[in-house]
Amino acid sequence: MADLSKNDEAVAAANEEALVAAIDAPVERGEPILQVRGLKKHFPLTQGILFKKQVGAVKAVDGVSFDLYQGETLGIVGESGCGKSTVAKLLMNLERATAGEVFYKGQDITKLSGRALKAVRRNIQMVFQDPYTSLNPRMTVGDIIGEPFDIHPEVAPKGDRRRKVQELLDVVGLNPEYINRYPHQFSGGQRQRIGIARGLALNPEIIICDEPVSALDVSVQAQVINLMEKLQDEFNLSYLFIAHDLSIVRHISDRVGVMYLGKMAEIGTDSEIYEHPTHPYTQALLSAVPVPDPEARAHRERIILTGDVPSPANPPSGCSFRTRCWKAQEKCAQEVPLLAVPSVFKGQDTPAAHFSACHFAEEKQVVPAH
Amino acid sequence: MPDVTKTAAATAPDAVAAPPVDAPAPQDKAEKPRSLWGDAWADLRRNPYFLVSSVLIFFLLLIAAFPGMFTSASPTAGDLVKHYVGKPELGDVGSAGWLGYDIQGRSVYARLIYGTRASIIVGVCVTLIVTVVGGTMGMIAGYFGGWVDAVLSRLTDVFFGIPFLLGAMVVLQAFVERTVWVVVFALAFLGWTQMARVMRGAVITVKQADYVHAAKALGAGTGRILFRHILPNAMAPVIVVATIALGGYISAEATLSYLGLGLASPTVSWGVDISAGVQAIRTSQHILLYPSIMLSLTVLAFIMLGEAVRNALDPKLR
Amino acid sequence: MSIIDKTAAVPAPRDGSHTGPLLEVRDLHVEFHTRDGVAKAVNGVNYSVNAGETLAVLGESGSGKSVTAQAIMGILDMPPGRIPKGEILFRGQDMLKMSDEERRKVRGRKIAMIFQDALSSLNPVLSVGYQLGEMFRVHQGLSKKDAKLKAVELMDKVKIPAAKARVSDYPHQFSGGMRQRIMIAMALALEPDLIIADEPTTALDVTVQAQVMDLLAELQQEYNMGLILITHDLGVVADVADKIAVMYAGRIVEQAPVHELYKRPAHPYTRGLLDSIPRLDQKGQELYAIKGLPPNLLRVPTGCAFNPRCPKAEDICRTEIPALAPVTEQDGTDLPGRKSACHFWKETIHG
Repeated sequence: MADLSKNDEAVAAANEEALVAAIDAPVERGEPILQVRGLKKHFPLTQGILFKKQVGAVKAVDGVSFDLYQGETLGIVGESGCGKSTVAKLLMNLERATAGEVFYKGQDITKLSGRALKAVRRNIQMVFQDPYTSLNPRMTVGDIIGEPFDIHPEVAPKGDRRRKVQELLDVVGLNPEYINRYPHQFSGGQRQRIGIARGLALNPEIIICDEPVSALDVSVQAQVINLMEKLQDEFNLSYLFIAHDLSIVRHISDRVGVMYLGKMAEIGTDSEIYEHPTHPYTQALLSAVPVPDPEARAHRERIILTGDVPSPANPPSGCSFRTRCWKAQEKCAQEVPLLAVPSVFKGQDTPAAHFSACHFAEEKQVVPAH
Repeated sequence: MPDVTKTAAATAPDAVAAPPVDAPAPQDKAEKPRSLWGDAWADLRRNPYFLVSSVLIFFLLLIAAFPGMFTSASPTAGDLVKHYVGKPELGDVGSAGWLGYDIQGRSVYARLIYGTRASIIVGVCVTLIVTVVGGTMGMIAGYFGGWVDAVLSRLTDVFFGIPFLLGAMVVLQAFVERTVWVVVFALAFLGWTQMARVMRGAVITVKQADYVHAAKALGAGTGRILFRHILPNAMAPVIVVATIALGGYISAEATLSYLGLGLASPTVSWGVDISAGVQAIRTSQHILLYPSIMLSLTVLAFIMLGEAVRNALDPKLR
Repeated sequence: MSIIDKTAAVPAPRDGSHTGPLLEVRDLHVEFHTRDGVAKAVNGVNYSVNAGETLAVLGESGSGKSVTAQAIMGILDMPPGRIPKGEILFRGQDMLKMSDEERRKVRGRKIAMIFQDALSSLNPVLSVGYQLGEMFRVHQGLSKKDAKLKAVELMDKVKIPAAKARVSDYPHQFSGGMRQRIMIAMALALEPDLIIADEPTTALDVTVQAQVMDLLAELQQEYNMGLILITHDLGVVADVADKIAVMYAGRIVEQAPVHELYKRPAHPYTRGLLDSIPRLDQKGQELYAIKGLPPNLLRVPTGCAFNPRCPKAEDICRTEIPALAPVTEQDGTDLPGRKSACHFWKETIHG
């Protein structure tokens, strides 16, 4: 009996070894590195204090699927409450998914634990939105950037860490002498660089960026965006770039996914989405973006949506956008549109033939082409 | 571009497109690393309330530790001839009789000096125990949440529901001999809930900070998250409440002793003396007056310290 | 103070007694006394707004744009704030010299403010209708019932659906966009002459942003109000403003009618800002980035505050503060309403 369990342990250890090896194996450029399938996160709504009774659920993420390819930037846009930040937390395993899978190099990371999960964490890192709350105010910059090495000692030997931290500061464009300073001695843009340096410390393959520049001043945003693009080339990173600013997402992304109420409405390459959108929500979103060009004020067609985003605790039946859509018909209330190439464009060689979850998809140019 | 540093040149070959963020301004170089604790300390040092209260507390601690340094008279040796003598013996500040004598002819001054120890021991020890026990409970409840929190919070509520003094009286009744340590136990037994609540609230706030998520995303274990990230950031309100509460525990001890439930003669304590002084309030007010002044001053000192610390630690009040 | 042609034809203010601009800020200075020294938040700001006109004040955090507005409204925290110098003329009267009583009469009735965060600006324990009606009860002495009717009317005005049914709801029961509409309704209640909107749409989603901005513009026209729009968003400004004042480190560095500013910026900071924002309608290569960081207000650089970040900076920029001077065409023709505080504005606009 004792022998058997020992044997089991050995098998388990060997399995874990194999898993870690698989997780650390390289991926070719352009191959999918992260595959998300039917990801769901429902937050239960409960009543009662000690004995809780579930009375409903907030469907923050409700069946999202996409691929992230090695070396690319996938932008995710959407309004607040569409679930884009929850997607980031799920991919980071900071929240447990209600359903669905996230395959990282073929391994479903939602089911990992222990050493294998730690190996995944080494390879997928995150940059947070708010540079003021994402750095521990009681730790020095050196301790913050060096913490990944404390947690994963195999990455850098102890004597080497200080030098590594200084290198990282240098890479993100900060003075390496700042190593002993505290976060509150830096401005927002500098803090975001510290956050990026921490994310880079373990040499990750994927960086998930949750609104990395939205809390920064306009004149500093461009610096950070440029830095992120430079680092992507230098370290061969794949980015999942979550933001609400459509202009920035267009600038940095190779492909873009548009989310609405926990679902993906449309996904495609940047020119497919921005120049040939077929989902009415994408069209409305694009047309609402203020363009820094007063000349465009007059001859721009604006689609102004009525009403607000419905509550994710009680989403509309069928297509979740139908309550604000000017094209909505009977069918939209009954059938959930699938995220696929719309049948009207099927087999056609046009940029409009990309994934769009609308029953009545049609192309409409809303962003003036240049 | 006059201020491109060497580092920037190395990382940003195209200086216009990806410029150095912070080729520091010359003044910046003089800026020293300043931790938040360091900032708070710099603030405190300039706060007159802090200076006054810390000088007071320093003296109180000194008196408590070495009462023999301040008087050579014994607090318990009575000379019935001097019974109720209230007039100071002029010219002898610091001598046994300069604050008069009590009902049994004992030196009021010596009793003040020796009584300090009881008050300080009760205040400091109760605060320490309460902070450690309550803090741990609060941290566990706040961090783990769920049923752990539910159980611990209800337990806290049960204790919180007991009126502090009434509860302490009941606990004290269970002991035959009421030493200082018994009083400490009674007060700590009922006082930890306040700290538990404060700590729980602070931990829940800090737990949601992005840097805690960031540490989790790096794969940090529970111990590291709790002690490196959550505890240092949740300590501030606990420290403030603890300092202010310390004064409260001292006065609670005096109250209990006054009621005849806390310390009792021959233990020397201000509460005991106040109780005795009340009996002679019509004729010899000095017996009541001096211990009362000492008690108020001590409580005030700790409350002032707590306020000063709060101002230094709470950035919103700056 | 120059007044832009386009707005010169605007009808005279309602009381007709004063003919200058509705609001004029002259050489305003504001400083904050902090532990680390004196922070000079506003260092000599001049601007004016006419009835029916929209002035956008554009700037980053710490540029002093919000502090100026707070000084106008008289809601600056003093201390630590202090106004050592300057005038704020409302219909020709200096508000800084008014008694508290007079000032209170202007505030709310004549000048109203809309804040970024509608949720924290509304009282959570009072119903929306009560808060809207309060304005009428306090200022016009209406009865409870009449005030409520007025509140419904206002909610209709800002296009809150089912106003009658929702008048007794509490702020948290409304969405972000609806709450901002309620804020607008409150500002409008007493039909003020001037509205100051501090980042009114920053906290809102894009699709809702457009709705709220449209509403604001529509109501402004209807009531012929002056509007000061404080924002950091170049896109929002382009959509609604008539003229723009760009602020940097407590000064106005450039002033221009909206079309002019975007076409030909006359200050390197404005140019840098315009170049550094990614465009929705084109996929550029690398973004232009203004180097360096916004200045620390405790240690504003000598000379032009922008000089450490400016690609055109020369010695004079480090020693002399450039004045906000009129900008002309190459041949010397006047460019009405245009000013720039740059020693090298000629090279910037014409180069």
